[in-house]
Amino acid sequence: MSGSRRLLIMSGIALALWGMGYGLWYAVFAEHQALNGMGSSLAMAFDASANRNPGAAETAFNNYKEAKYVYDRQVDVHGHWIGLAMLLIVVGIAFDRVRFAEGYKLLLALAFVAGAVIFPFGVFLQTFDHGPIPRGITIFGSALVIIALVGIALGLTAYVGSRE
Amino acid sequence: MAFSQSSTAEKTNEMLESSFAPLSARRLLVLGGIGLILVGMLVGDIFAVFVLHQNAARVGTSLASAAHAALAGDRARVQGSFQDVGSFLENRGTKVDTHVHMIDFGYLALMLAILQPWIAFPESNKRRLAWLFLVGAALLPVGVFLIHYIGLAYSPLQAIGWASIFADLGGLFVLVATLGLLLGLGKHFRLQESAPVQDALLLDRSAPSRVLLVGGIAMVLVGFLHGAYYAGVDLYRHEALDSSILTDMAKAAAANDAGMVDRALEAYGQLQGDKAVKIAAHAHIIEFGLLAMLLAFFQPYVSLRGTWRLRWSYVLIFGSVLLPVCVLMELRFGLVAGALADFGGLLVIVALLAMWIGILRYTGQLDAQVGDAR
Repeated sequence: MSGSRRLLIMSGIALALWGMGYGLWYAVFAEHQALNGMGSSLAMAFDASANRNPGAAETAFNNYKEAKYVYDRQVDVHGHWIGLAMLLIVVGIAFDRVRFAEGYKLLLALAFVAGAVIFPFGVFLQTFDHGPIPRGITIFGSALVIIALVGIALGLTAYVGSRE
Repeated sequence: MAFSQSSTAEKTNEMLESSFAPLSARRLLVLGGIGLILVGMLVGDIFAVFVLHQNAARVGTSLASAAHAALAGDRARVQGSFQDVGSFLENRGTKVDTHVHMIDFGYLALMLAILQPWIAFPESNKRRLAWLFLVGAALLPVGVFLIHYIGLAYSPLQAIGWASIFADLGGLFVLVATLGLLLGLGKHFRLQESAPVQDALLLDRSAPSRVLLVGGIAMVLVGFLHGAYYAGVDLYRHEALDSSILTDMAKAAAANDAGMVDRALEAYGQLQGDKAVKIAAHAHIIEFGLLAMLLAFFQPYVSLRGTWRLRWSYVLIFGSVLLPVCVLMELRFGLVAGALADFGGLLVIVALLAMWIGILRYTGQLDAQVGDAR
């Protein structure tokens, strides 16, 4: 098994385990609380409106907005880490059909693995900081994944073309 | 030359057959994995047709009821309406989770099936891990599905019911089994120099395999580009709108402005629809791409004629593209696009079922040979 293939498969399995462990932790210790928080702040906002108290309604809506922002990202982190992990494994298995030199393939594999780790990690950082740095990290990670995928797709297409 | 080619083919066939012995870990994971994906897709299709839209309408009605209750200053009805919203959302969320987890575990099972020759454990241990994986992969989605119906009945815990406990246990089984197989893989790499592995499954270069592989990676790439576009153009706008519409709704209710409440409710419904179709299209095209790539590797096990294997591959790719494209068009073209999307999902299910039956036929042929030899 070539180094690039091994890198993709081993990183993919490790990332899948990490993603599943993260999901399990989140489901047991955080998800129920997050959902309860979102539901109760939304109900509180409308309750305050019924009570003709716009100040309390606004505070409750801000709490809802923040809780939903964090919840959506936590779910995205879990889903993207596992999804990308599966893609790493599948691409790793098919990597001998990518028609490039091993050095270039290793570069593609490194970019893909780095992107698969960095992209959801950037999303995770957004739960702590809404500023531009976590967003920049997310964009950088997703760009790495897309560039690697374009390279791999070209390599696979070149392989199919050469067989036909 | 001809003799050399036929002896190579025979050797490849022998390798294929030996890797797919009765009750071997690979056979369990392949059949179980495709079975999980099929059931997960059927659940998803039934959910989309019979539950999704009705549920969304109920959520909308309850939210409207809460807004109008706030308008009338009726706090008790606000609380009641939100309890209904919570219940409908839990119903929806658990069904989506059932669908997604079943399919994703199916994918993982197929990947682990491919990796079996590299897992340096005795077959009996690999079989135990495969069973543990499949039990967990079935337990988690069933547990999640039941959360809405069982709730906290007879639960020893305050916030988590029995269905959640069993779902988490299922997740733990999957995690342990995957970890075990990873250890086996690690062991193989440590011993690699002395034990090179050749797997005939990965030597297949047939037309269906190539169609599925290239079609699959193309779909994944398109899905990522669409996801990047969504994140750049729509995500933050949607989040800001979600919050501002709800704030406007509550403010209008506090100010006794019924017209504004109704407009805000309509805008909120449209926003939720826009978000849902974009995320669904992004997720589905990537998942179908991954499925196509995975199925490319198992084509040697699909015991159907070459032309039919190719036809089913095209059907799978066509359905995989049709579903997300039509989902994206649902807001513009309504039920027609929705029906076409469901048809696309059905095509994927039928093609997958055909391949699964082909693999079952292959196992039957193998088992018959073993019986004859005895």
